[in-house]
Amino acid sequence: MTEPLRQEFAAGGAAATGETEYLSFGLGDAEYSVEIMSVREIRGWTRTTSLPHSPSYVRGVINLRGAVLPVIDLAVRLGLPATEPEDRNVIIVVDVETRTMGRRVDAVSDILTLSQDQLHPPPDVATSPGARFVKALTILDDRMVRVLDLAQVMPSSSEISL
Amino acid sequence: MSDPMQEIMASFFVECEELLEALVDALQTMADGEADGETINVAFRAVHSVKGGAGAFGLDELVGFAHQFETVMDLCRSGALGIDDKLLDLFFRCSDMLSDLVRASRDGTAIDAAGRDALLAELTLHSGDDDAGQQADAPQIDFAPMAIDLDDLGGPDGEPFDLPGLDDLPDIGDLPGAAEDETPLDGDAQRRLAVVFRASPELYESGNDPRSLLKSLASLAPCTITVACDPVSALPDVSTLGSRLAWTIAFEEPVQPNAVREIFEFVEDLCALEIRAGDPDITATAPAAGPAPEDAELATTATLLPAADEDPIRDDDPEGDEQIAEAPAAPSPDAARSGAAKTAAKPSATVRVDIERIDRLVNLVGELVINQAMLSQSITAENNIPANSSVLVGLDEFLQLTRDIQESVMMIRAQPVKSLFQRMSRITREASAAIGKPVRLITEGEATEIDKTAIERLADPLTHMIRNAVDHGLEPPEARRAAGKPETGEIRLSACHRSGRVLIEVSDNGGGINRDKVKSIAIAKGLIPGDAVLTDPDIDQLLFLPGFSTADKVSNLSGRGVGMDVVKTQITALGGRVGIDSAPGVGTTFSISLPLTLAVLDGMVISVAGETLVVPLGAIVETLSLTPGSLSPVSPGQYVVRVRERFVPVLDLATELGYRAPRAADGTGIALLISPEEGQLIALLVDTIDDQRQVVIKGLQESYGHVPGIAAATILGDGQIALILDPTDLVQNASLPDDSGQKSRKAS
Repeated sequence: MTEPLRQEFAAGGAAATGETEYLSFGLGDAEYSVEIMSVREIRGWTRTTSLPHSPSYVRGVINLRGAVLPVIDLAVRLGLPATEPEDRNVIIVVDVETRTMGRRVDAVSDILTLSQDQLHPPPDVATSPGARFVKALTILDDRMVRVLDLAQVMPSSSEISL
Repeated sequence: MSDPMQEIMASFFVECEELLEALVDALQTMADGEADGETINVAFRAVHSVKGGAGAFGLDELVGFAHQFETVMDLCRSGALGIDDKLLDLFFRCSDMLSDLVRASRDGTAIDAAGRDALLAELTLHSGDDDAGQQADAPQIDFAPMAIDLDDLGGPDGEPFDLPGLDDLPDIGDLPGAAEDETPLDGDAQRRLAVVFRASPELYESGNDPRSLLKSLASLAPCTITVACDPVSALPDVSTLGSRLAWTIAFEEPVQPNAVREIFEFVEDLCALEIRAGDPDITATAPAAGPAPEDAELATTATLLPAADEDPIRDDDPEGDEQIAEAPAAPSPDAARSGAAKTAAKPSATVRVDIERIDRLVNLVGELVINQAMLSQSITAENNIPANSSVLVGLDEFLQLTRDIQESVMMIRAQPVKSLFQRMSRITREASAAIGKPVRLITEGEATEIDKTAIERLADPLTHMIRNAVDHGLEPPEARRAAGKPETGEIRLSACHRSGRVLIEVSDNGGGINRDKVKSIAIAKGLIPGDAVLTDPDIDQLLFLPGFSTADKVSNLSGRGVGMDVVKTQITALGGRVGIDSAPGVGTTFSISLPLTLAVLDGMVISVAGETLVVPLGAIVETLSLTPGSLSPVSPGQYVVRVRERFVPVLDLATELGYRAPRAADGTGIALLISPEEGQLIALLVDTIDDQRQVVIKGLQESYGHVPGIAAATILGDGQIALILDPTDLVQNASLPDDSGQKSRKAS
């Protein structure tokens, strides 16, 4: 509904300053971020309906104003220790390509404005299971913030129909 | 879509579909021997209207073909050509080609030029009209723009004027003696025609230009055009809106009267037109020599003129209305014809609505249903309201209304299966021609309505089934003769409503399924073990296995090993079931049973391992309350339950869906008896049955993907999502030992 406006805003913002805004959130002890333009909304945690035979990181589906929204447990997806959902947790609803999905994260922390040269490619040596999901790294006030590659985080169709 | 021309084209193509449907209908009526005098007219008009519309968009291919088609039909109409089976067959093939051409024009795809030319040749054979091809080309003539000043045309002097470029043509008086008889419609090509044309004011109002008509006429043959003007009494009385000019066009070479009519096709209601042989007398023409309707038309014009005079600057609209109102009083023969065509095509008033709008409405009503459920749930749960209070009574009425609205909205989406059946009759014709088996398709219950999406998605499976019936179901003519059956095979395609579902049956009166052959092929292909003992229904079910084909030789039509398994998948995806019934020597019947709607489903709300699920009510045969000891183990973790002298395998739903680890059944809880396939019974163990209600189906496919055993999702009254079970899929993927043993075991 606000799609054209958003894109215009995104394009204008990026072209004018070379900077992009990111939404950062906490997951366990680490801090991650996603491009804010792909974030559709943030909502509080609700109970999910689990899907049979789904990968462990798929928490289930929730009712998002009449639409069925699959929710991914980002911690599990990134290979972090799984935690039981709490009411404090939030679901970040993101648009990736043509699909809309929810991501469960611990808490949303900040909106960061980063320029292109602040982003560093992740080191090749990374072997942790979540490494392929990290697109870039940045250092902010001595904290390392990982920028996620949302398309990679999406469950592929082969993983779903296991 | 922003291009208005595109939109007009789009609506033309939609109309074409309707016209083609009417055409096939009429042809079918003729084939059934129930035709009356009007039937051929209906068919003719349909083709004619397609041609007319196509001409307006410059779709020459379409016009050319439609023209030849209608020429032959016209001969039938006039009785010059008798309609027999061969001609009807040609008509059917032509209507197929016509719809191909329409589709090709719409999608810009290539056409089967060879097929078309062959049909054209056949048509020409019937019309015996050598210059018909030339006629068909007529609309392709390039109309070069010509500059004619309206002043010249509208000059009150009444002097003859010549079209630029035609000045050197001989005067009308020099014409060699023209035949005098008044039968221009007989199509005598040797006749030199004179055309008298008088435009009515509406012609100008609707933006038509006599100049282009005259130009088109001039392009047919060299001609002399004379203009006459009505006498004007005094300038102040002259209405600027009136029409005072009459043109006389005298052709100097033979011209087909139909070619002239074609040019005036779109303005035939807006002008007085007379086509006749010989030397026209301009002054006498309009009032005296013209046919009666023409008189009336001119009279209309005349009576209107004084009215316009009273108020020269009045708006056009009232006058327009008045004329429209008067028009039916004086219909020309052509107008009557086109009017009849409209009434024939549309027996009741309809509105064409974009399907997206309906879908939006369907979605909104779905939300309403959910909302209503949430409201009633929260009211009854949170407040201690007495059962007969006005709130609850109101809530009940609300529920009733919501259901009514929902049903009405669903009915908008429902469409008769007629269009689908018509496509199938074409498939039958083509299949029958391709393999040389004479086949007659009988359709029943064409008015049965099912969801539009279902109609679209049924086309492929039905095509497969019809082709299969023609190719495998029916015996070759010799074999039929030997068996004492009529050589022409019969395929019956029927649709009806039965207990909340739609039943579609394809049956043939062929040899029935050769079960020995089916079984030996299945064994040869390794689909079943060689020593499998199968009942007849089991063998029939083998046809649905992927990779199964019984055809001795692979024909163009079928026998590539894809077919019935795909059919089954497609029907199952629609929430339907396929069944087979076959008797040797008598025939085979395939039946498809579909839910009425694809958006709402009656379901039983159950809970299992703390999760709430919905089981489609149509799948449940009965429910059983288990008592300890009613389950008997047959192997570790495998139980059966005895239901009226029959042992039914038991599936623990929670385990099948991976909600909990397999556990020893304690014989408590509830079992739902489901029948995923004809004759098969499975007992599903659930914890409790909570409710029975209508649920709105929300697809999981788009947002997530396919979930094994799950058909879709829905939103319950508390706002929670519940999954809708797909019993057939669940059983197919179940870790259940299958009696025939050929299904893949799938561990969850």
